[in-house]
Amino acid sequence: MLETVLSDQNFKKEVLQSKLPVLVDFYGEWCLPCKLLAPIISQVAKDLDGRVKIGKLDVDKNPQTAQKYGVMGVPTVILFKAGKEAKRIVGLRSKEDLVRELGLK
Amino acid sequence: MYDVLIIGSGPAGLTASIYASRYKLSNLVIGRVLGGMMTSAHKIENYPGFASISGAELSQKMGEHVKTLGAEILADGVSKIEKTETGFKVTTENGQDFEGKVLIVATGTERRKLDVPGEKEYLGRGVSYCTACDIPFFKDKIVALIGGSDAAVSGAIHATAFVKKAYIIYRREKLRAEPVWVEEVLKNPKIEVIYKTNITEILGDGTKVTGVKLDSPHQGTEKLTLDGVFIEIGGVPGTQLLKPLGVELDEGGFVKVKPDMSTNITGVFAAGDIANIAGEFQQIVTAASEGAMAAFSAFKYLKGAVELPTY
Repeated sequence: MLETVLSDQNFKKEVLQSKLPVLVDFYGEWCLPCKLLAPIISQVAKDLDGRVKIGKLDVDKNPQTAQKYGVMGVPTVILFKAGKEAKRIVGLRSKEDLVRELGLK
Repeated sequence: MYDVLIIGSGPAGLTASIYASRYKLSNLVIGRVLGGMMTSAHKIENYPGFASISGAELSQKMGEHVKTLGAEILADGVSKIEKTETGFKVTTENGQDFEGKVLIVATGTERRKLDVPGEKEYLGRGVSYCTACDIPFFKDKIVALIGGSDAAVSGAIHATAFVKKAYIIYRREKLRAEPVWVEEVLKNPKIEVIYKTNITEILGDGTKVTGVKLDSPHQGTEKLTLDGVFIEIGGVPGTQLLKPLGVELDEGGFVKVKPDMSTNITGVFAAGDIANIAGEFQQIVTAASEGAMAAFSAFKYLKGAVELPTY
């Protein structure tokens, strides 16, 4: 499984305590750009397998985490390194732009 | 080598493909987002045949229609267009090359920004360009929709299903959305319209939006307290790709087209929001019609001499 399903319950363990950097896709079921981003995130997960962990968080089901990080728009992608927010991208991106803006190339 | 390469997968590009396929022209649609700008419309109530449909659903239906006729839609952006001896070469963001005899450019517009302090800083923290995506974050909050067109006005109506109050802040004296939307807004007790007013700054506390600054006072103050700002002020054409080809643009940066959707460059046609023909009337139905016209013109161009009736 290349993408970890995240929740308010497992966020600390899976993201904040992860040894690898974690890229978290905050998404909403109702949000069309999120649906368009999903396959791009899957592709990034494949390309960066072993280097970066990829997590998906449904903001509707996990409002505490979304609120904690001040996520008020979807899709929002946050790269966590050593438990800290390192980079944040709001809105749909092409794979190329996403990887470049996150500095993951 | 395709007969027609269609760049853009909104209603203009998809309709161009439908017509091209029926003219037996091999064609490929390349676009980042199936449906384009149309996908962000919460409700569409002016496209013939559909009394009410979401932008997402209409996008899917148009996409299926294209595929039913045998054409492919590639979900990718275009990073380069070059002229070749036999036509055009298009390079995608994922690095694939495609060649076509004719180009139909239907890449639409990108969201227009307000260009005020705070807009960039608070994107995704109270500033949004997609009301349908982000309004659920504002349950029982106060928001403002900026703009006076269909997107802003219908967005405000959609917002009232979630928020405590929605302002519409518009620079002109009268909303320019369809009267059916305007009527609904004026009847809705949760919506207040502030006319002849611009936003000069988006204010925040460092983590989220707290309000906006207005260029003329509203109820005695230039500061309006808000939780969310939804910017719906239309689009600017993305014509960067076309510059190397020498495609002529108008003062607003839109592609200059003739009534048959041809540009000044032989073999290059444009349709939809990027084309300057329909002015500020940027509708799905006009985009579709321009896409159809572009495909027809491409057909005539490729087949050489099709005699047309003169009017």
